[in-house]
Amino acid sequence: MSATAGKTEKPLVEILHLVKSYTRGDQDVPVLQDISLNVARGDFIALMGPSGSGKSTLLNLIAGIDKPTGGTLLIDGEDITQLSEGELADWRASNIGFIFQFYNLMPVLNAFENVELPLLLTNLSKAERRERVELTLSLVGLSDRMEHYPNELSGGQQQRVAIARAIVTDPTILVCDEPTGDLDKQSATDVLAMLKKLNSEMGKTIIMVTHDAHAAEAAKRMVHLEKGELIDGDS
Amino acid sequence: MYFLKLVFKNIFRAKLRTALTMIGLVIAIVAFGLLQTVVDAWYAGSNGASASRMVTRNAISLVFSMPIYYRERIKTVDGVKAVSISNWFGGIYKEPQNFFAQFAVDHENFFDLYPEFLIPPEQLLAFKRDRQGAMVGRKLADQYGWKIGDTIPIRGTIYPGTWQFTVRGIYDGKDDTTVVRQFYFHYDYLNEEMKRKSPRRADQVGIFIVDASDASRTADISRGVDAEFKNSLAETLTETEKAFQLGFVAQSESIVVAIRIVSFVVIIIIMAVVANTMAMTARERLSEYATLKALGFSPAFVAALIFGEALMMCSIGVGIGILLTFPIAAGFANSPAGVAFAAFKVSQTTILLQLGCALVVGVVASLVPSVRSANVKIVDGLRHIG
Repeated sequence: MSATAGKTEKPLVEILHLVKSYTRGDQDVPVLQDISLNVARGDFIALMGPSGSGKSTLLNLIAGIDKPTGGTLLIDGEDITQLSEGELADWRASNIGFIFQFYNLMPVLNAFENVELPLLLTNLSKAERRERVELTLSLVGLSDRMEHYPNELSGGQQQRVAIARAIVTDPTILVCDEPTGDLDKQSATDVLAMLKKLNSEMGKTIIMVTHDAHAAEAAKRMVHLEKGELIDGDS
Repeated sequence: MYFLKLVFKNIFRAKLRTALTMIGLVIAIVAFGLLQTVVDAWYAGSNGASASRMVTRNAISLVFSMPIYYRERIKTVDGVKAVSISNWFGGIYKEPQNFFAQFAVDHENFFDLYPEFLIPPEQLLAFKRDRQGAMVGRKLADQYGWKIGDTIPIRGTIYPGTWQFTVRGIYDGKDDTTVVRQFYFHYDYLNEEMKRKSPRRADQVGIFIVDASDASRTADISRGVDAEFKNSLAETLTETEKAFQLGFVAQSESIVVAIRIVSFVVIIIIMAVVANTMAMTARERLSEYATLKALGFSPAFVAALIFGEALMMCSIGVGIGILLTFPIAAGFANSPAGVAFAAFKVSQTTILLQLGCALVVGVVASLVPSVRSANVKIVDGLRHIG
């Protein structure tokens, strides 16, 4: 089955007959079966489905942290399934911004240093890095928390630091794995508002995995997966 | 800079675990340093031996003596510049645990053969003039608080009776390898008493010290001296002073080997401790390493983080350990057990070995965790709960 954005512009993400299976003992366990999906530039997709439906696996494949068993996965025209591990790491550094459910911040680094982390892989000078980190932290409303360590921040603030870390390199796509899953209602609302703002005002393409129907409402489009298959697409 | 900051901050995340590992490291490095210094001290005497000095002893064993008249015949051997005599006394000063070596020597020329003993001329003269005079090493004098003019009673174990000596000189060493914990007195004093009390034991000498005119000819001279007494009542064995000293060390070689082995076992144990710490650390931070890799950092960066952490922890531990080795070694040197050694000083080689151990421990201990973490699949690592 397939779902397409239905736009004339070339899609940012083109997934064709994507298959992913794991080997357990002698058996192949299929996780994703014949997935075809297009995501337009500037889109905001919510990948939904029950546990074990393969939505996180699909997100991991799009983010280039896992490799498919078969099929084609083009991001901005580049087939990332053909990249080596090293090339994929470089590609992720410049194209993907990650937002995880549990924030995945470095506990020994303060907010500023955590946001600066991906910039160490660029050629920016220290002054340029500082400028960019300060700007990004102000965008997420944490200018006054730059010196704070993750354990000194609330869950919502930590997720905002993670969002700042994800966007500081100006990536092509933001991948969010249950970004509100560990947050209280108010923090979740704030984070979703921020993601919507990033999408609408800064044109960021966002692909978000979520169980939460309320969170999914923030997206422009919902895609449902069940037992490794795409069951519908909603514009 | 950022990398080092990250490594340094990571070290002190689990403070108690890091502290315990570091304490273990410090103890291991100090123990290693002290054991290596004991081994060095064992060989210190031979290291300070002169290249031109040789020792002639009874070929059967050092326990057996030789007639004193051998001296005149040794003098005639080609290449011999001077000959002196030395005889083990083996007495006890007050209590048996007050051990130090005492030698009856030829007061006229013995110290001419030992230029490394620094003696004020007037004290040497006073020693030569007093038949009961004694020349003592600085360390020995300091240990027992002896001063010039003090009377020292020593109870003989090989030569019966209580022998009275007067300290006439205190010698210093030219450098750290010179033994300054010995007690020398006139052979004539011993020999004359023996002539009176036990004539059969008189005119006997333990060893002859032979000074070669040319250090490169010692092999020829030793053959010449031993040939002189071939088939005699007491055949001789002549060897360089260094070989003679090493012969002593060889008698306790197994102890030295055991000490060496123990010193390296200590390092292997601490290596296991540090490896355990690093394995726990890497396992706990698997999701962080996966996050770093997801952000685009290479597996080499992740491996370097773990290597760096192990090396920095070892460097801090070893640094403290080395700094502590010096005062502890000095304390040991002045203790009753330590004074038995001629020289007990931490050598440069020992420090280099300690540093080498830190490097080896750091690298080996972090090898498996770093390779594992570097190769962890990102999706598996992100699922991991530390």
